[in-house]
Amino acid sequence: LTLALVLAAALAVTCVVAVALPFIKEPEPESDSLHELDDDERRRLDLLETRDRSLAALKELEFDHRTGTISDEDYRALLGPLRREAANALRALDREGRPPEERT
Amino acid sequence: MPELGRAALLVTFGLVTYALVAGAAGAYLGRRRLALSAQNALIAAFFSTLVASGVLLAALLRHDFSFTYVAHTTSEALPTAYTISAFWGGQEGSLLLWLLVLTGFGSVAVRFNRRWARDLIVWAVPVFAGVAVFFSFLVVAVASPFETQIAPADGAGMTPSLQNPYMLAHPPLLYLGYVGLTVPFAFCLGALLAGRPDERWLVATRRWTLFAWAALGVGQLLGAHWAYVEVGWGGYYAWDPVENAALMPWLAATAFLHSVMIQEKRGMLRVWNVLLVILAFSLSLFGTFLTRSGVVNSIHSFTQSSIGTWFLAFIALTIAVSLAIMFRRLPQLRSPTRLESPLSREAAFLYNNLLLLALCLAIFWGVVYPLVSEALRGEAVVLGRSYYDFFLRVFGLPLLLLMGIGPLVAWRRASLASLVTTFRWPTLVALSTGVVLLALGAGSSIPGVIAYTFSAFVATTIVMEFARGTRARKALGAATWPRAFSSLLGRNRRRYGGYVVHAAIVLLAIGIAGSSAFDSVAEARLARGDSMTVGDYTLRYRSLDEHLTKNATQIRASLAVSRNGRDLGTLEAGKNAYTVEQQVSNEVGIRSDKLTGEDLFVIAEQIDPDGTVYFRAFVKPLVNLIWVAGFVFVLGSLIALWPDAREQRRLVERTREIGLPATR
Repeated sequence: LTLALVLAAALAVTCVVAVALPFIKEPEPESDSLHELDDDERRRLDLLETRDRSLAALKELEFDHRTGTISDEDYRALLGPLRREAANALRALDREGRPPEERT
Repeated sequence: MPELGRAALLVTFGLVTYALVAGAAGAYLGRRRLALSAQNALIAAFFSTLVASGVLLAALLRHDFSFTYVAHTTSEALPTAYTISAFWGGQEGSLLLWLLVLTGFGSVAVRFNRRWARDLIVWAVPVFAGVAVFFSFLVVAVASPFETQIAPADGAGMTPSLQNPYMLAHPPLLYLGYVGLTVPFAFCLGALLAGRPDERWLVATRRWTLFAWAALGVGQLLGAHWAYVEVGWGGYYAWDPVENAALMPWLAATAFLHSVMIQEKRGMLRVWNVLLVILAFSLSLFGTFLTRSGVVNSIHSFTQSSIGTWFLAFIALTIAVSLAIMFRRLPQLRSPTRLESPLSREAAFLYNNLLLLALCLAIFWGVVYPLVSEALRGEAVVLGRSYYDFFLRVFGLPLLLLMGIGPLVAWRRASLASLVTTFRWPTLVALSTGVVLLALGAGSSIPGVIAYTFSAFVATTIVMEFARGTRARKALGAATWPRAFSSLLGRNRRRYGGYVVHAAIVLLAIGIAGSSAFDSVAEARLARGDSMTVGDYTLRYRSLDEHLTKNATQIRASLAVSRNGRDLGTLEAGKNAYTVEQQVSNEVGIRSDKLTGEDLFVIAEQIDPDGTVYFRAFVKPLVNLIWVAGFVFVLGSLIALWPDAREQRRLVERTREIGLPATR
């Protein structure tokens, strides 16, 4: 019983130290706040997702057309909108990267 | 050392409660150190649960019957492997395993996604912790594996049907599946709580979902094989409530794995995906509840217990809280795009989702119907095999066909003319298969012929996709055909791994159709020297022998098998009488034809003292394709699961581009 209690106490102490570690390592940190996305960052994240999605879809469309899974007719019909979508996202990202007075 | 086990579980309970409270407070108030401290608490909880698990395992191996759990689930004579499997053979141990896997998965998922999903992890940790609080509370206060008693001379032993090698892997795999579904659930709620329902939670959890889904799938197949060789009723799936309990979350997760692609490719179905994740997780809890509560009659319900009410309350709370969080974030979950055409890949995936969900709900209704009818009419009415078979045909056969259609249709919209061209060959092969089968006399089961025809359709589309893809890779510069093939797999593992999984489902469908729609059955009481026939086989009962083993008496009837006059050797079927457990199990005889995949399956139903035996024999065409499907399924899952370094780099890069700190 004594050994069990000693082991249990050691386990509890180790766990408490592990939990307290962030406070032990940084007792007085420069900043203790979590990074939160602001509206601009959120919009940029959406645009990055759209860009990546459009580019991946273009790549897949090209490959499916090459393999013959997608016919010439469907390929032609789908290519334009996808290219426009990717270009729009890239343009918007480019605009977002500029200073506010140059964005219009 | 039961005290150490109890103390370790108390520490776990304290840690996960802290992780829940501090994690939620840290995330809400935006306090970095508090959030990190909560993450550490979750990781520490895994280690303290590991200590508790070690104590229980040691007690099992030492046959320490002062542990009530050890005395109830094992005996001195039980072989070591089954003594270890007793860890998850009883209620308390299996709940401890749930907790161990949950805290382990939570810790690993938190560590792996720190680099690019830190903002989601902050909220995912309290969700993980919330689930862990429930399970740790159960093992601390309701069903402790560390209850003690005055040690009896021997334990009660293990239910004989559990003394089977499959039981070493089947339950843990199901648990890995059930618990694995907590990861997408935690990250999904984490993303909603953080107000960031972008694509990252899907990517963070995709492999976890695949892993959980694969584990559930393989676990069920192992369970089916266990039922086939051990339970001894002549089949592999009986629509038993506990079997269904594992099938339902698997179906929901299958729907999610398909619809998640629509969100990734088109940004659609965001609300639907959240609902599917909540459903899959709730069904995994429901599965554990069914297995462990004993609320429904099942060959798997080994215990009647008091945890049922706790589980129901937790499931209700989970659904209520999850839906409340989802509704709060509805404006952010609106899809920026709409379905452009009913003839598109996303539409095909949507139809697939609706069929999977319909099948899942039909099964759910079948499972709960006895409870509902008992509550309303005072009599538990069990829906039989015909109910489930009907819905399997109505929803399962179109699903099989869609498996072939979906991958060959363009995203966004496809023209009718191109569909006609694309499906020319698969349709031709499928129709030829149907005609040939009808000409060969397979028309006795129309659903069976339809299943084979659709299987031929899907198999052709899979072969075509691999052939065309490899040819395209070769044209794009791959030096050799094998290189072109491996490049095809490597560049889109999910897609081509998915095709391999589809091939496994085709094999499964062929095996199920063959063994259930075209099987033969015969039964007869035979004295030594008598014969019976089943299908093309003749069985002659030769002798009856008895052997003593460490924990059972084995009685085996020996049968000489011949087919169309050709001697095929002998087959043994009989029973095991377990000494300690005072129970008898059927030990079936199976002769597999490796060339045709057919099984001759013999059960010695009743063995009389005068040596006469009542035999039941089956011929099950193509049944072995079901087990082959298991290997193909694992292969496909591994291909799809394999980490994609390019995707990871893309996500880290995206995180960096918006200025989120991307640190480990």
